[in-house]
Amino acid sequence: MSQLFDLSLTGIRDRLRAGDVSAEAATTACLERIAATEPAIDALLHVAGEAALDQARAMDAAGPDASRPLWGVPITIKDVLATMGMPTTCGSRILENFVPVYEAHCVSRLREAGAIILGKTNMDEFAMGSSTENSAYKLTKNPWNTGRVPGGSSGGSAASVAAGQCFASIGTDTGGSIRQPASFCGIVGLKPSYGRVSRRGLIAYGSSLDQAGPMTRTVADAAEILQVIAGHDPKDSTSVNAPVPDYLAGLGTDGSLKGLRLGLPEQYWGEGLSSEVDAACRAAIDLAASLGAEIVPVSLPHTEYAIATYYILAMAEASSNLARFDGVRYGHRSSKSSDLATMYTRSRCEGFGEEVMRRIMLGTYVLSAGYYDAYYRKAAQVRRLIRQDFLDALQSCDLLCGPACPTTAFAIGENTADPLQMYLTDIFTISLNLSGLPGLSLPVGLGADTGMPVGLQLFAGNMDEARLLAAAAALESNLPAMPAPPIA
Amino acid sequence: MKISPEKALAIATLARLEITPGQAATLGAQMDDILGYMDKLNELDTAEVEPMYTPVDQPGALRADEVTKEFPRSEILRNAPETDGQYFIVPRIV
Repeated sequence: MSQLFDLSLTGIRDRLRAGDVSAEAATTACLERIAATEPAIDALLHVAGEAALDQARAMDAAGPDASRPLWGVPITIKDVLATMGMPTTCGSRILENFVPVYEAHCVSRLREAGAIILGKTNMDEFAMGSSTENSAYKLTKNPWNTGRVPGGSSGGSAASVAAGQCFASIGTDTGGSIRQPASFCGIVGLKPSYGRVSRRGLIAYGSSLDQAGPMTRTVADAAEILQVIAGHDPKDSTSVNAPVPDYLAGLGTDGSLKGLRLGLPEQYWGEGLSSEVDAACRAAIDLAASLGAEIVPVSLPHTEYAIATYYILAMAEASSNLARFDGVRYGHRSSKSSDLATMYTRSRCEGFGEEVMRRIMLGTYVLSAGYYDAYYRKAAQVRRLIRQDFLDALQSCDLLCGPACPTTAFAIGENTADPLQMYLTDIFTISLNLSGLPGLSLPVGLGADTGMPVGLQLFAGNMDEARLLAAAAALESNLPAMPAPPIA
Repeated sequence: MKISPEKALAIATLARLEITPGQAATLGAQMDDILGYMDKLNELDTAEVEPMYTPVDQPGALRADEVTKEFPRSEILRNAPETDGQYFIVPRIV
C-alpha cells in the first residue's frame, strides 16, 4: 500500500478530506497510472487530463469540503453516459465527434459531490457485447492477463478500476454489463434496482433494462458511489420516487451474517459452470455459512428461458432506440448520398458495427407484423414468469447467491465467431435485468485453473441494495484481500 | 430456414440499413441460428400471462408540462452534420 493509486475510494477520500493529500496529487497519481498502464490495457477512449488537473487545482485553492462526499476523488465514466465538454461515443463510429449538450443525471450528481472526471472508458458499441471486443475504437485487455478480455460491455471501466487508473468508474448494465466485467477483472460491480438511478443521459440500448451503477475496488466504495447517484429524477419517467437509505450506515463492522437467509438457486450450479468458478463460489458460500448465514436451497425454474427472453426484448428495444441515429441532428452523415433515404441507410451502415447491425435487424424482425406476438409479446410474458421466480424465491430467503459468470475471463477472440455462443455467456446475469432487481458481483478469489478472478453474485429484492451491500461487505471483510493484478 | 438472404435484405430495408448480398447471406444464417434458439420459449404455455414490458410498477409518471428554454439554438445545432445556423439541413426531399 505504498502508492496513492492503490488506495480504496474511501481511503483516498479520507486523506483528501483531512488535507493529507491534495486533489492535484490524487489526480496526478491517476494520470501517471494511466500513462503507465494504458499502453497494455487500452481501457480509455478519452482522457481529460488538463481539465481534471485544472479542476483539482481550483478545488485545492478552495480547500477540502467535507459536505461533498467525493471531494477530489478522480473517477472515470463509461462512454455511454453523456458528459458535457467531453466526447461521448458509445464506442461507435456513428458518434465519433459527438460532444453532448447536457450531462447525464448521475454524472451531474458525481460532479456536485466533488468527483473529478478523468475520462471516458471503452465499451462494446452501444453496450452490445460481453467482452468489449465490439468497440469500434480499441481492444481493451484484462489487467490480470492481457491475452484475455475484460468482459463487457463495461470492460473499459472494469479494467480501469482494476488497474488503479481511477478510484471508481460508472458502468451500465443491461444484461450483466457491470457485473460480468467486474467479475472478470476482480472488482466490485453493482447493478442497482431498475429506477434507482436516473437513466437521463444514459444513451439507451434497452430502455426497460438499462441501469447505471458503481464499479469499485471495495464494497464500501460502491456504497459511497450509490449514495451519490441514487434518487429520483423528475426528468426520467421511469426513475423511482422512493427514499434513498443510508447505505454506508448499513455496512456492519462486525463481519457477521447472523440471521441472513441466503438462497442458492439450484439452476445456477449445474451444467456449463466451470469447476474453478464452482469451487471458488462454493468456498465463499461456506464462509458465509461460517459467519452465521443460513443457506437455503431455492429454485428459479424459468432460468433456461432467460437468454432467449432477454435477447428478444433487448434487440426489439435496441432497434427502436437506435432509429434516432439517422445522420440529421448529430452523428455521422454519409457523404455518398444525394437523397434523404439513401443518406439514412448509408449513414447508419457506415456508422454502425456488425453486432449493432445484427441486433437492429433481429429487433426489427421480432417487432415486424406477423412476428410481434410470436416473439416480442411472448418474451414479455415469459419475462413476468422469470420475475415471479425471483419473488417466489425471496419468500424463503433474504438474498440469492450464485456465480456471476460460468467461467473466468475468456481469451480474446474466443467467442467472436459465433454471436449466439457469446450471448450464452450471460446466463447468470440477465434474469436480474428482466426482473428489475439489484445485483452485486463480489470478487471471491482466483480460479484454480486460470488464475483469473472469480465473482460471486448476490441478488436482492427490489430496492434492497442496503441489504445487498451489507452482506457483501461482511463477506468481503472475511475473505483474503484480493491481490493487485500483475500489471506494471 | 426462416431468414433467406432475400428476407434479410427486406428486414434491412425496414431498419434503414443497406447490406450487401454477401452480408445478407451471413446475417440471415446468424439470425436463423439465434431465432431458432429463441423458439425455445414456445415450450411454455403463457396464454394466461400478462406481458411485462417494464419492471416499474407505475411507469409513465408525468411532470408538469411547462415550457422552458434550456438550450440556445446554437448548442442544439452544434453536433449536426449540416445546418444553416437556424435549422438542420437534409438532402432535398421534393
